[in-house]
Amino acid sequence: MNPIKTPTAQADVIVVGGGIMGAASAFFLRQRGRSVILLERGLVGQQASGVNFGNVRRQGRFLPQLPLANRSRAIWGRLNELLGEDAEFLPTGHIRICYRDEQVGVLEQYAKDARTYGLDLEMIGRNALRERFPFIGPEALAGSYSPTDGHANPRLAAPAFGRAAARNGAQVFENTEIAVVEKTGEDFLVSATDGRQFRAPALLIAAGAWGTHLSSQFGEPVPQSVHGPQMGVTEPLPYRIQPVLGVSTTVTEEVVYLRQIPRGNVIFGGGNRGPAYPDLRRSYVLPTNTMNQLPQLKRLVPALANVNIIRVWSGIEAYLPDDRPVMGPSSRVPGLYYAFGFCGHGFQLGPGVGDVMAELIDAGATSTPLDPFSIARFLQG
Amino acid sequence: MAGSRVIVVGAGPAGVRAAEILAEAGLAPIVINEGSRDGGQIYRRQPDNFSRPPSKLYGTEAAKATALHAAFDGLRRRVDYRPDTLAWNVTPGVLHTVHHGQTQDIPFDALIVCSGATDRLMPVKGWNLSGTYSLGAAQIALKAQAVSIGRRVAFLGTGPLLYLVASQYQAAGAEVAGVFDTSPFALRVKALPKLLARPAVLAKGLALVAKLKRAGIPVETGVTPVEIAGTPDAGVSGLVLRDRAGRVREIACDAVALGYHLRPETQLADLARCDFAFDAESRQWLPTIDADGRSSVPGVYLAGDGARILGADGAEAAGALAALAALRDLGHDVADGRIDALRRDCARMDRFRRGLVEAFPWPAANAAALPDETVVCRCEAITAGELRRVARAMGATEANRAKAFSRVGMGRCQGRYCGQAGAEIIAAAIDTPVESVGRLRGQAPVKPFSLSATPLADQKGTEQGTPA
Ligand SMILES: Cc1cc2nc3c(=O)[nH]c(=O)nc-3n(C[C@H](O)[C@H](O)[C@H](O)COP(=O)(O)OP(=O)(O)OC[C@H]3O[C@@H](n4cnc5c(N)ncnc54)[C@H](O)[C@@H]3O)c2cc1C
Ligand SMILES: Cc1cc2nc3c(=O)[nH]c(=O)nc-3n(C[C@H](O)[C@H](O)[C@H](O)COP(=O)(O)OP(=O)(O)OC[C@H]3O[C@@H](n4cnc5c(N)ncnc54)[C@H](O)[C@@H]3O)c2cc1C
Repeated sequence: MNPIKTPTAQADVIVVGGGIMGAASAFFLRQRGRSVILLERGLVGQQASGVNFGNVRRQGRFLPQLPLANRSRAIWGRLNELLGEDAEFLPTGHIRICYRDEQVGVLEQYAKDARTYGLDLEMIGRNALRERFPFIGPEALAGSYSPTDGHANPRLAAPAFGRAAARNGAQVFENTEIAVVEKTGEDFLVSATDGRQFRAPALLIAAGAWGTHLSSQFGEPVPQSVHGPQMGVTEPLPYRIQPVLGVSTTVTEEVVYLRQIPRGNVIFGGGNRGPAYPDLRRSYVLPTNTMNQLPQLKRLVPALANVNIIRVWSGIEAYLPDDRPVMGPSSRVPGLYYAFGFCGHGFQLGPGVGDVMAELIDAGATSTPLDPFSIARFLQG
Repeated sequence: MAGSRVIVVGAGPAGVRAAEILAEAGLAPIVINEGSRDGGQIYRRQPDNFSRPPSKLYGTEAAKATALHAAFDGLRRRVDYRPDTLAWNVTPGVLHTVHHGQTQDIPFDALIVCSGATDRLMPVKGWNLSGTYSLGAAQIALKAQAVSIGRRVAFLGTGPLLYLVASQYQAAGAEVAGVFDTSPFALRVKALPKLLARPAVLAKGLALVAKLKRAGIPVETGVTPVEIAGTPDAGVSGLVLRDRAGRVREIACDAVALGYHLRPETQLADLARCDFAFDAESRQWLPTIDADGRSSVPGVYLAGDGARILGADGAEAAGALAALAALRDLGHDVADGRIDALRRDCARMDRFRRGLVEAFPWPAANAAALPDETVVCRCEAITAGELRRVARAMGATEANRAKAFSRVGMGRCQGRYCGQAGAEIIAAAIDTPVESVGRLRGQAPVKPFSLSATPLADQKGTEQGTPA
């Protein structure tokens, strides 16, 4: 145990990790009047939260996650007003198309099931799809349309939460890497690599792909694997594609998704993931993966056939074996909470996760069901 | 060893001399060139159907140009030359190219990057008007296509190229409105000891300036650019500057050629994961290399203007030296004497390089003075004011962070032209040393390539690594 010095700061809650999860949690804790310390190793929103595809998509999610996703979607709708900054959320709709008959059935079933969770999806047949969204390629057999989903700018969203939290009184420490988290008596003592210490009776670990390093210190490691989804962006083109498009398929190589921003660039991702090295904070795009994306992009939107790619990138994301995040209270230590390991789909959830975690920490319970995400599911024995 | 796979990127002076050494050793290197002809920037060969004589194209450098061209012509059977081929990415041990819409992954044991330089640009209000070109573009228009960028051209910036291109324009019969150098004359005097490392080159430079003056062309030093005047419809109508005496004047012209010496093309080195260090003299980040051109990554060598702006002669020496270093690392016998001689050459060239940097400094202070409405990133049309706002109000004190918030450097050129000026603007806005602002990370592709590209048939399914 570390010698106890005068802590650099103390508060009701310490949040470790300034991605969208941590930054939004800090913001909503302040909304509830809790004092908060937000600790970030680099800069707020610099990791997965800042480099992701920007999909604010609910359809296709694990059904029991929809209440959380719906709650998040509602916050996205009033984000600018809440934060006083524009994160470029555009509810332009989201379409999942498919190329195979059996997949049409899968989309139909999902649409039916999602309705009971309050998510209305419209199934659109082949011809109607082409009439309403003429840019979609002729191979698409059907589409599932979610009119109220859309996309946002990941480069802006998490930093906007961080700044709004700071304006509302959160103590935000960037360039602060946490080495040791421990409970001493009633309080958590959180120590940075440079020796600074922070103290609070509640601790939220929201450290993304690095969360398991910290949860391990409380005897709760998780069996994650880490990968880098492969992204790219084209040169600016006339703004024609409003909704976000994605392919629903069981063949990994066929998966591609894209969105066009009003500036004109088309951002895309999908297919096989690339290598990511959390210890080095590096992730890479494999050129083969980019090359495999190209025919799929053209298949989805044939008009893209001759446009130029100007940049590719990736980011570091943790995946759990069941493709669900770790969220909720610790199964071992009172006052300890987790929100990490979002398996490639955490950007949409971010605002909702912040709101739910703040509610859980402040009120001791939340109206949004979190059981499927409990860390207890990974406990040995 | 004999079967070592060596790739040279670039067919300028550095690339050609590197290939020559490798071919001599029997290695049959692959030479990748984005352009269709060899010669590189300075000894750029004209398209096949053009027939200007070398003396006309290369002036005093004609003999060197023809020698380099002849050397490369003589190599053609011993190297695998791939023109019109862009090296768009590097992953460990593999170079990724695209040629006429076909991509290829080429494994290598040694990669010698001789990617040359581009103009180093400092924005000025109005530089986004049509009629403003970089010095390099102005020179390419003349060398490759025999056209001038305007009827009456003003030359603004600093560095030897400013005078060279102006005199080439003058010799070609274009009207030169004047040469306006931001560097004060006194610095040239101060840099003299270093410039004397290459007395002949220095003499050529002095002769060039004298010739411009004799032709009646105004040549001014110590100027401060104020604005390129004009309208979006009609383009450039004049160059407004504050002269050495402090008077603000407008020089009538319909085109401006602009450049502040050069910056190395370092994206391939960056993608190859080479270390970079801040060079305080030239105020730019340069890949770290040893005396022979070895980068921090084993098997990756950097030579010519793409590593240090040594000029064409220096590029020839550095290219040869890097190839010898690669040969030695691959287990070939290389005589010490050969390496030592080239090292001495390169050291002398490097001393001269530092003289040029001292005589023609990058006008960092101009960045601080740019009016807020000046466009900095021309690809994305982002202004100095916006960049200052994200630095001050949003805490974006680092180059990549500022890019994320403002889009400066997010366009087609990926910040190659605005990155260095952008860093100076941020540094001035928040009063911090420019090195602490860092540099924009290079991201593939090195230049845009079309979605229509397909992998060469035998490449399908090649695996370059396994996901972690
Ligand atoms: C390329 C890519 C594309 C994606 N596309 C989408 C998409 O379109 N839609 C979607 O919903 N989701 C998407 N995702 C997933 C989504 O981005 C993530 O699930 C989400 O951003 C995770 O947020 P986070 O806050 O948990 O993690 P992060 O954003 O990674 O934040 C964790 C933070 O914790 C900090 N940290 C870690 N350890 C420490 C420590 N010891 N001390 C201090 N700080 C520490 C890190 O520096 C980091 O800033 C994508 C992810 C990637 C990588
Ligand atoms: C615009 C400009 C004009 C110049 N004019 C003069 C002059 O008139 N006189 C003078 O003394 N010096 C001049 N210089 C400096 C001079 O060009 C150099 O000193 C010399 O040409 C450097 O040789 P090099 O081999 O290092 O690079 P270069 O001659 O620039 O050759 C670079 C080579 O690399 C290739 N290349 C680069 N990137 C890639 C890639 N990703 N994929 C494939 N191929 C690639 C290019 O096609 C080219 O063949 C000029 C420089 C510039 C930028």
